[in-house]
Amino acid sequence: MDAIYWPSVFFLIFGALACGFALAVLLSANIVRMAFYLVMSLAATAGLFFLAGQEFVGAMQLLIYVGGTLVLLIFGVMLTSQERFVNMKTLAGDWVIGMIAGGALLSLLTAAAFSVPEWRGPERAAVENLPIEPNATPIGMGLLGARVDQIGAPADERAGMAGYLFPFEIVSVHLLVVLIGAAYLARAKRRSNPLPTG
Amino acid sequence: MASGINNLLDWLLTSRLLSGLGLSVATDSVIGYVVAALIHIALIINLVAVGALVFIWLERKISGRIQDRLGPTRVGGKFGWLQTLADGLKLITKEDLMPDGADGFLFKIAPYVSFAASIAAFIAIPFAGGPYPWIAQHLNTGVFFVVAVLGLEVFGVILAGYSSASKWSLFGAMREAAQVVSYEVPLGMCAVVPVLIAGSMDMVVIGDQQAGLFTNWFIFHDPATFIVFWVYLTCATASVNRAPFDLAEAESELVAGFHTEYSGLRWSFFFMAEYGSMLSVSLLASVLFLGGWHGPIPIASLLGLTAENGDVAGYLGSLLGLTNVLFKGVVGVSVMIWIRWTLPRLRIDQVMATCLKYCTPIAAVMFLGAVLWQYNLPGRTFFGLLASPPAMFSVDEGWKAPPAVTSEPAKPAMVETNVKASTPRQVAANQGRGN
Repeated sequence: MDAIYWPSVFFLIFGALACGFALAVLLSANIVRMAFYLVMSLAATAGLFFLAGQEFVGAMQLLIYVGGTLVLLIFGVMLTSQERFVNMKTLAGDWVIGMIAGGALLSLLTAAAFSVPEWRGPERAAVENLPIEPNATPIGMGLLGARVDQIGAPADERAGMAGYLFPFEIVSVHLLVVLIGAAYLARAKRRSNPLPTG
Repeated sequence: MASGINNLLDWLLTSRLLSGLGLSVATDSVIGYVVAALIHIALIINLVAVGALVFIWLERKISGRIQDRLGPTRVGGKFGWLQTLADGLKLITKEDLMPDGADGFLFKIAPYVSFAASIAAFIAIPFAGGPYPWIAQHLNTGVFFVVAVLGLEVFGVILAGYSSASKWSLFGAMREAAQVVSYEVPLGMCAVVPVLIAGSMDMVVIGDQQAGLFTNWFIFHDPATFIVFWVYLTCATASVNRAPFDLAEAESELVAGFHTEYSGLRWSFFFMAEYGSMLSVSLLASVLFLGGWHGPIPIASLLGLTAENGDVAGYLGSLLGLTNVLFKGVVGVSVMIWIRWTLPRLRIDQVMATCLKYCTPIAAVMFLGAVLWQYNLPGRTFFGLLASPPAMFSVDEGWKAPPAVTSEPAKPAMVETNVKASTPRQVAANQGRGN
């Protein structure tokens, strides 16, 4: 009997968790339970990143997606809590439209996933020979505009790899604009009555 | 660690006593990994659980003294130090109630979500440094991981508040959610400042850069970090929902907030989670600002208890470091308890104003100040008065940059080297002379 290849086992566990909870999001009717299953699915995805040794991406997944779902949950509770535990019914037409959109995306992603040569079949020997980069230094240098992970690449291939500084800056400025806009929209309106009403 | 355990098991099984069994363990066997993981988990859960026992006793004792009472005195002898155990026994025997209208699944799972999130932060917190750090999982981006996981504890609170089918619970949960989401921002900004000075998000590296006398601690690095530490303390108190920021369980307004409907062991899980979070933010503060496992005076290195002088000396030095970091953590928790019983509770608008009008701008400006200080006075510590010592252990990022391409030498951007007159001015002078 061959020894069990444990990384694959853990991958399957986390992958099954992510897919199972994603299905639960689809099949559940209560909005808060949906959010809970979504958080579980996203956390299992973070587990996949940790399993791949990329704990920076995993922690990012926890901070942004799981934390973002938290805010979604708050709004879900705030907007639906007039009655107790609102159940959402999905109409048949919505099911059809959703199936068409989801199926199109699924077929596209499946085709893309199986076209990557390294993912065809278990090529364990090749995977085990991959260099281990257990940290975020290449990502951080890439955000500063230097692709240190591609230093070994030939010069003509390296021309297009300018790092992520420009997209990073664009996203930063965009977020700043959003923040200022939110602060503007949420600011206290000046009252016509100068006396404080308590 | 896993291979060491495997070797130990192999040595035991092949020794004279057990060799009759005919078993052996390979170095990379599964058993070692499982045992190593179990040891780490057992240590962390024990730290959180026993810590909660001690902190609840400490809280009752300190609150008693502050209010001119004695606090618990009877159970377990003179200081009532077994009081929490008696409380725990009482909680186990209580009836496990659930309201009729509650969402049963979420109601039951909510305390465990809080508790699991609270424990998960301890995975990446180191308890001793050096070349062999005492840490469950040595993450390269430990600070980021801890800050990310600390924000997940509120999730159980929201689920509890929503599923209880009680307006008090829902109010409490909504307040807590708003508060925690707001205080994440300044908390993250404060945690970034020591990361910036250390140049790494690895908590072991951050701690080891503060080796030596207390003058090397990041709290005394420059005025900006000194102020940032107090902002961090405020935000940490708010983000673990302690008084004066405990709006989610404001007894005077909301019965008991999100845990109104809970009783017995489920209720106590919320409290274990709260005390666990208090300990983890205190440990984070001690590693980021207060030197971590390095005491005010470097006793371990003065006595020669470092890894260079052999394994036993290194182990003893790490033990001393563990004592240091736990002592600082307990002091941090005690300060939080002291604050709780001293200050009155804020109103919800005052809590939000503290975050948005004071903590966030101060943290942002101090971040800028720390950047400017570090840029203008690199290599100085203790408010710029002393030269910072060479790092005790070199920063090992664990990632080796691939060697640069050797076939193509680096060439200057503008100047052409094969022109005899090497600078433009000389070229111009030569041309002028020729004319």
